[in-house]
Amino acid sequence: MSHQLRHYTVNFGPQHPAAHGVLRLILELDGETVVRADPHIGLLHRGTEKLAESKPYHHNIGYMDRMDYVSMMCNEHAYVLAIEKLLNTTVPIRAQYIRVMFDEITRIMNHLLWLGSHALDLGAMAVFLYAFRERETLIDCYEAVSGSRMHATYYRPGGVSQDLPDSMRNYEKTPWISNQKLDALNENRQGSLLDFIESFCQQFPSKVDEYENLLTDNRVFKQRTVDIGVISADRAIRVGMTGPMLRGSGVAWDLRRKQPYECYNELDFKIPVGKHGDCYDRYLVRMAEMRESNKIIQQCIQWLRLNPGPIKVEDPKISPPSRYDLKNNMEAMIHHFKLYTEGITLPAGETYAAVEHPKGELGIYLVSDGSNKPYRLKVRPAGFTHLSCLEELCQGHMLADVVAILSSLDIVFGEIDR
Amino acid sequence: MTEVTLLLWILFKILLIIIPLIVFVAYLTTIERKVIAYMHGRVGPNRVGYNGCLQPIADAIKLLFKEIISPKRSHHFFFLLAPVMAIAPALAAWAVIPFDQGLVLADINAGLLYVMAMSSLGAYGFLLSGWSSNSIYAIMGSMRCAAQVISYEIAMGFALVSVLLLSGSMNLSTIVLAQSGSVLNWYIWPLFPALIVYWISAVAETNRLPFDMAEGESEIVAGYQVEYSGITFALFFLAEYANMTLVSALATTAFLGGWLSPFQGIVFLETWTSWVPGLFWFVIKTCLFLFLFLWFRSTFPRYRYDQLMSLGWKVLIPVALAWVLIISLYLQLGGWL
Repeated sequence: MSHQLRHYTVNFGPQHPAAHGVLRLILELDGETVVRADPHIGLLHRGTEKLAESKPYHHNIGYMDRMDYVSMMCNEHAYVLAIEKLLNTTVPIRAQYIRVMFDEITRIMNHLLWLGSHALDLGAMAVFLYAFRERETLIDCYEAVSGSRMHATYYRPGGVSQDLPDSMRNYEKTPWISNQKLDALNENRQGSLLDFIESFCQQFPSKVDEYENLLTDNRVFKQRTVDIGVISADRAIRVGMTGPMLRGSGVAWDLRRKQPYECYNELDFKIPVGKHGDCYDRYLVRMAEMRESNKIIQQCIQWLRLNPGPIKVEDPKISPPSRYDLKNNMEAMIHHFKLYTEGITLPAGETYAAVEHPKGELGIYLVSDGSNKPYRLKVRPAGFTHLSCLEELCQGHMLADVVAILSSLDIVFGEIDR
Repeated sequence: MTEVTLLLWILFKILLIIIPLIVFVAYLTTIERKVIAYMHGRVGPNRVGYNGCLQPIADAIKLLFKEIISPKRSHHFFFLLAPVMAIAPALAAWAVIPFDQGLVLADINAGLLYVMAMSSLGAYGFLLSGWSSNSIYAIMGSMRCAAQVISYEIAMGFALVSVLLLSGSMNLSTIVLAQSGSVLNWYIWPLFPALIVYWISAVAETNRLPFDMAEGESEIVAGYQVEYSGITFALFFLAEYANMTLVSALATTAFLGGWLSPFQGIVFLETWTSWVPGLFWFVIKTCLFLFLFLWFRSTFPRYRYDQLMSLGWKVLIPVALAWVLIISLYLQLGGWL
């Protein structure tokens, strides 16, 4: 009898509200139970790696932003680190703190978006909008420091593009908004960027409490996530999972601790780990990470307030001269011209640099032939590995669980397809 | 009165119910968007008319002028019949709902049974829509919907059986009158567990979050209505909201004393508020339940299909049955206690 029954084959995506971008998932369903889940990727392939081979090193920073378009500056960080490793330069300490601060801001941004879409996929609409409310503030920080709300291109080889601004842009008066409301909106925008971020950091833990109120002990949420998509620590290591996916399974692996880059070893933070490696543990790990990131940002603010200094290396072959030098100094003028036409020239060699990206380990493998363009640039995104385990995670679960598992992977197709 | 005038009179009364109902349902969609928006820290629709007050009319006009697309491989007749089958019972059930003392279209003795029957019939519309549109997501949605409606009908029925036992009648007006006297006589007090069971079943019955399995936009996109567009889609929408209003009205009638004033039996307040029509209290109480619908939708995550089933069969039905038993024991042995 059973050979007469046919499984449903469902085309889940690429146009699907829970496909997180352009995932095309071929699901074979036995009733509602998943028999086979086959992710098809490549619909967002833009050839970033190949494009990078035809662009000077500077020009590629912007492409890195567009890889994982949810955590922009962390992508830049890995690329810039790889260049600096080949150049064998050390970045000024202030630039390191700025980078770390913005890495953590980015981590919160990423986790907020993840939280919102995870909750939305499970049907809880409110969290999505609450998370975006806070994310907006962080995007304002991006804007203040780089002029761009998403694709910042703020990190540069040898430092960051400019120092933190002393003032924040205020909301402007419109006919729709009363003076009283306007003042309330602009209240924390009177001081410098650091004041603005600090006021955010003070409020943020209570906001995380708010999200946790809605989800953490919610019976329906727990029913949907506990024991769903379990992966053991052993298996997670074997398939190459990193980031919250690995930590959710109980492995305290974090590049910020294990292979400290920038000034992470001077900062005090914890690495939250889960136990069971299910969707709920990954949720808890990410919530805890947001709180930890908040602490790191506060430490960075304190340090940055006390220690002014250079924000990029003085080497004229790497960072551009100041505007004053440009107009008063022949040498600087030539360096500026060379830097913006030819770009940086890296010594021949190869290197691998990795950062703890909000989604896991983001690695850049860079081969240089001594010219001003990369000979080969290979990106190692975290999401690709996680997505490849989807079938294993979904085995025997129901259709509704696929949605929960998929969103708990925290995948962004910009980085998977590149 | 000749038969023709009688028919016309009935028709007029039907219109008197249907038209305000449709307007109410249309505004319910806007109120829903507004309420949920404020719960989310947004503003909601505020462009059409003063603060968005003409939004439902704009929506209706837009949907009316959209093309009705019927998929090539669908069964066109049933595809178009399905939304009609969904909305007709949702409206027909209103015939027996008493809005005020004597303000009811058909004061029949099997009123409660009739409402239950009509709300079950609505499931056919959803079933047919999924089957006729010949799409995997749609058929999954309608399969979920059928299973859900059938199993929750039982819990809902048993919750209402305890109302029947207490009031001794299936006539909805009699049920309301049996609760008169004071707020303390409302069935919400003796039948509180039954109300909870009824209300959870009602939310499941109308396919609303957290039980909107049949739609489940993040799983099966929009379920049974995924292939529908224009006015056919709008009819499903209207049916859903008319059903929401219906189960709220039924909850009001069965548990909250229908059109009765909450100030009955209180010395001064009763005389001061005696000029307020019963219809007002009825609408207020119904809106109270409707607000719960919106509140659930904006905060709860969605259940999973199998969890929903086990909740219905393993929790709600036993609780409702137990309460029926307790109530009937109380009624039988009441004299001894």
